[in-house]
Amino acid sequence: MAVLVGKDSKIIVQGFTGKEGSFHAGQMIEYGTPVVGGVTPGKGGMTHLDRPVFDTVSEAVEKVGADTSIIFVPPAFAADAIMEAADAGIKVVICITEGIPVQDMVKVNAFLSDKNCRMVGPNCPGVMTPGEAKVGIMPGFIHNPGRIGIVSRSGTLTYEAVDQITKAGLGQSTCIGIGGDPIIGTTTQQAVQLLMEDPDTDAIVMIGEIGGSMEADAANWIKTHGTKPVVGFIAGQTAPKGRTMGHAGAIVGGAEDTAEAKMKIMAECGIHVVNSPAMIGETMIKALAKAGVVAG
Amino acid sequence: MNLHEYQGKELLKSYGIEIQEGIVAESVEAAVTAYNKIAEETGTKFAVVKAQIHAGGRGKGGGVKVVKSTEDAEETAASILGMMLKTPQTPGGLEGEGKLVRKVLIAEDAYRPNFDECKEFYISILFDRGSRKNVIIYSTEGGMDIEAVAEETPDLVHKEFIDPTLGLQGYQLRKVAFNLGLSGLAFKNMTKFISNLYKAFLGSDSSMFEINPCIRTADDRIVAVDCKVALDENALYRHKDLAILRDTDEEDPTEVEAKSFGLNYVNLDGNVGCMVNGAGLAMATMDIIKLSGGEPANFLDVGGTADAERVEKAFRIILKDPEVKAILINIFGGIVRCDRVAQGVVDAYKNMGNINVPIIVRLQGTNADIAKTIIDESGLEVHSAILLQEAADLVKKVING
Repeated sequence: MAVLVGKDSKIIVQGFTGKEGSFHAGQMIEYGTPVVGGVTPGKGGMTHLDRPVFDTVSEAVEKVGADTSIIFVPPAFAADAIMEAADAGIKVVICITEGIPVQDMVKVNAFLSDKNCRMVGPNCPGVMTPGEAKVGIMPGFIHNPGRIGIVSRSGTLTYEAVDQITKAGLGQSTCIGIGGDPIIGTTTQQAVQLLMEDPDTDAIVMIGEIGGSMEADAANWIKTHGTKPVVGFIAGQTAPKGRTMGHAGAIVGGAEDTAEAKMKIMAECGIHVVNSPAMIGETMIKALAKAGVVAG
Repeated sequence: MNLHEYQGKELLKSYGIEIQEGIVAESVEAAVTAYNKIAEETGTKFAVVKAQIHAGGRGKGGGVKVVKSTEDAEETAASILGMMLKTPQTPGGLEGEGKLVRKVLIAEDAYRPNFDECKEFYISILFDRGSRKNVIIYSTEGGMDIEAVAEETPDLVHKEFIDPTLGLQGYQLRKVAFNLGLSGLAFKNMTKFISNLYKAFLGSDSSMFEINPCIRTADDRIVAVDCKVALDENALYRHKDLAILRDTDEEDPTEVEAKSFGLNYVNLDGNVGCMVNGAGLAMATMDIIKLSGGEPANFLDVGGTADAERVEKAFRIILKDPEVKAILINIFGGIVRCDRVAQGVVDAYKNMGNINVPIIVRLQGTNADIAKTIIDESGLEVHSAILLQEAADLVKKVING
């Protein structure tokens, strides 16, 4: 496996029997993802999509050895679901749910601080290791197993990057959709670090957007610790100040979190910054050639 | 979602916080009645007429005025009600067209009994992204633009971060009150004020509270004279009492309409409209428009289901803007199939029949090839593309052609 999820993961779906959970769990299973069961309180003992349903996450950990969870429960119950998973000993929690109140996530963030659990999301498309595990809502067929890692705050813009990498004749090691909310479990820097340390990844695509300081933090980390080429893009160059652009976290607050400021610091830190989102694939080919890496 | 000053004050009051009392009025007659009542209750002739719009800096634009008599109140209310109030925060700033004032708050003279002995403070509470904690920001320099204070005298702006698991502690309350230079009864009242303010912040799931100014009166009371409240939209489901306070008059009417259709739309000043699935891709599409020589006219995320009905609604929203000279549709079909979106575009186009601007449709992902064929064979004035760069080139061609 590359990072976070792979063929050896034991994945459960929280919100398994709901409309969203059922549909996407079905797609994940069809892709060949190792889904070992699901959790819906009150429906324990049932079988759904040929997998066992449990009342609690603890039960799923105990009975089928679950170590990874993907969450599809509605926003009002999502924070609770994340805490339940972390408390039960799940190592990787991927929360797809969009629209969780900020104060709920303030609590979750504090709750997770002393747990051995990594959260990805919320408000994210999930994590994909092509050919091994699709743990999210991304279309599987655009991916191709390979050696380029992708980190992004967006859903469809991630697919765009994935598609360009695939069309450039390359493939992906792991694609991490970190999410578009103001509080997310895995930051850009943490995701980049995972991929930098991953022996199956040769280069990284890092896609950010306006708002916050995650991309600048990641860029500074890359400047000191980076060992692989990074291609970067920031969405929202034309976004006005003070307006939320779809994602709750995508809002320009000051001079530091504009697309322009972020792209400048990324370029200064040695990242191959593209102005146009249409140039991600092409720029990656050039960056690999420059670094002397044989395309993976 | 933002609250008006008078709504925010009601919220604070319900948590035991002392506010500058007032009565909201939508007509000159009501304003006069309110003034007379307040003058009687307070025993002074001083009162303040305050325009109620969702923007700060109202005083700078002439939207806040002190009045000293019934005639004065009548005249002032008549001049403020119905005015287009320009402040640094209304669209276009002080040079813009301003915002229509529909309501005024007739507020008591909070500075009595002795104006000269009052001290003004700045207090806000918000969620801080960097630390992932709530923070109280406060300063002895109240009544002014806090960003300017932070710029010129950063030492005078204090921050107190709150541990999410433990909550706001007593020593923190005392620290705030000491740093504001208070002692005796005023000190005690300030610790109560901050404690209740934080309870109100959490209890309402707010994303921002700003009390500027908050005053210490000559008789050591702590009073919220102004108040700005922004609520977390995602938490409104558990605050039905606050959700109904939404004033859609204060929002862009097209954005309100878009929202009722479940479309996420932000109106911008450019000439190329866009319709995209996903917020990140929508921002990236706006950037592509700019790089191709155009200016984005809007942000529009159609979400996960882009069927004919939704596409048509999105078309109608975009075309309300007379500046729109071209429309770029950019859909990356994952779960949503491109051929269905293409059919949606063709059906919507035919239904509307009066789309006079060129349309560029870029559909990528599931069934993109079938989708392109549907568009190309529809006989409509629609340009199709599969690659993002092709779409960018088409935008350039259309704008220059």
